[in-house]
Amino acid sequence: MPDFGFKLQKDRQIDFDANDRSATRAIIETEPTFRLCIACGTCTACCSAGNFTDFSLRRMITGLKRGNYEGVRAMADQCMLCGKCQMLCPRGVSTRKLVLAIRKHIR
Amino acid sequence: MIGGGIAGMESSAHLAAMDYEVTLLEKDSRLGGKLLKWERLFPTMRLGSEVLAFLNQGVEKHVAVHCNTEITEIHRKAAAFHIHTATGRTYEADAVLVTTGYDLFDARKKEEYGYGIYENVITSAELEAMFAEGKPLHTADGRIPKRMGFIHCVGSRDEKVGNVYCSKVCCVTAVKQAIEVKEKHPETDIYCFYMDLRMYGMHFEAMYKQAQEKYGINFIRGRLSEACENIDHSVLLKAEDTLSGRPLKMSVDLLVLMVGFIPSEGTKAVGKMLGLEFGVNRFFKTCDQHTLTNVSNVPGVFFAGACTAPKTITNSITDARAAAATIATYLEGKAISARTIENQK
Ligand SMILES: Cc1cc2nc3c(=O)[nH]c(=O)nc-3n(C[C@H](O)[C@H](O)[C@H](O)COP(=O)(O)OP(=O)(O)OC[C@H]3O[C@@H](n4cnc5c(N)ncnc54)[C@H](O)[C@@H]3O)c2cc1C
Ligand code: SF4
Ligand code: SF4
Ligand code: SF4
Repeated sequence: MPDFGFKLQKDRQIDFDANDRSATRAIIETEPTFRLCIACGTCTACCSAGNFTDFSLRRMITGLKRGNYEGVRAMADQCMLCGKCQMLCPRGVSTRKLVLAIRKHIR
Repeated sequence: MIGGGIAGMESSAHLAAMDYEVTLLEKDSRLGGKLLKWERLFPTMRLGSEVLAFLNQGVEKHVAVHCNTEITEIHRKAAAFHIHTATGRTYEADAVLVTTGYDLFDARKKEEYGYGIYENVITSAELEAMFAEGKPLHTADGRIPKRMGFIHCVGSRDEKVGNVYCSKVCCVTAVKQAIEVKEKHPETDIYCFYMDLRMYGMHFEAMYKQAQEKYGINFIRGRLSEACENIDHSVLLKAEDTLSGRPLKMSVDLLVLMVGFIPSEGTKAVGKMLGLEFGVNRFFKTCDQHTLTNVSNVPGVFFAGACTAPKTITNSITDARAAAATIATYLEGKAISARTIENQK
């Protein structure tokens, strides 16, 4: 194709109606405390992995809720399952089990 | 007492119990104010009618109640207030308590949300009315909604409509109503769009957690920018999902707008008749925000309830009792009623 000096941008909107959220439903079934997250960011701030890479459990959870699965699996693999965030989460999200559930349901 | 809502009823009951002669003037045909409209109350899910019955015990047989009473003029003659009504009656009083409450924000003013334009956009008050009717929840064409949206802060915290204050009850009301929908229709998915969730009350946070844990109600942090109608009459929402940092679009079958408080027409009218001061938010201005919370700028005129600021029922009842004590000390000429505070705010 000739180069006209412009290109089409990909739509950045989260298209809630089009997104398939079936994996999210499966994750909730495996680990119901997923629902309790209030996106406070405590987990991200205390996470050793998150302090050196762009890994964020909070962001991963928010993305999953909207059905955004891009990059989620690679992110879930970065968690060391150390459990630090679980000790700090104010809502009692079982974060380690959640990460395992994500790994189970998202390829 | 001008206004027979929660605040007017509870102040009247306490003053009557202290043997004062109390006359309660209400413009509607019944006492109760907004409480008549809310079926179940946060945070207990108790029936509104139970609270009304409780308040009535103090009013019935103790207070002279005059409903359907429209006040036309108020004059001060020596120490007494003369209150004239549309029916030509005049009531005399040594003190006046103003409990004229609030009105709901007119959602049509927030045109971009489509209320009054799209058939599946309703207000929180209309949802309450559906609950009270006891009929199944339905869209305009009679279907049970598969997905619903609740929009927080409609007509509150919004300079564009001229209301910069928080209405205080609508966050928890959205959670309460969402739970009620889920109890009746578990298969309906619910999304609440909020800027901040203000779950300040003792049991509100627990309700919020229950909404997530037990009912699977979803919360998206982002303010609705606009709503449009899809061809099938569902409503397309556009907001930023601020936690993902991306714009989001979502269709809902029914959209509920959490309308805020504005000062009532009665508050404006009675305030004018009595020469009362209004604050920056157009509610009545109390003499001091910390201490003289029931006292007006006119000696002998006092306030209680939501005519001074958005309040919950608990707040309104407590405020009403405080007003009764303030009026009693004023009528008895007690020294504490002459207290002042430096730098009134
Ligand atoms: C959607 C919604 C749901 C709510 N649900 C809850 C809940 O679950 N729990 C809770 O704690 N709170 C709830 N609230 C808050 C509650 O409605 C208020 O706290 C309460 O109604 C305030 O009582 P009030 O007596 O001050 O005012 P109002 O209820 O507004 O009563 C004022 C009365 O004065 C009368 N009046 C006005 N002008 C005149 C006049 N000129 N002459 C004579 N009479 C006049 C009116 O007719 C009315 O009867 C809710 C609010 C909203 C918007
Ligand atoms: S600490 Fe808990 S509530 Fe906070 S973002 Fe992490 S998982 Fe969610
Ligand atoms: S369990 Fe995973 S997400 Fe939580 S602190 Fe440890 S590495 Fe970070
Ligand atoms: S209580 Fe919540 S919904 Fe109501 S105005 Fe305040 S922040 Fe907005």
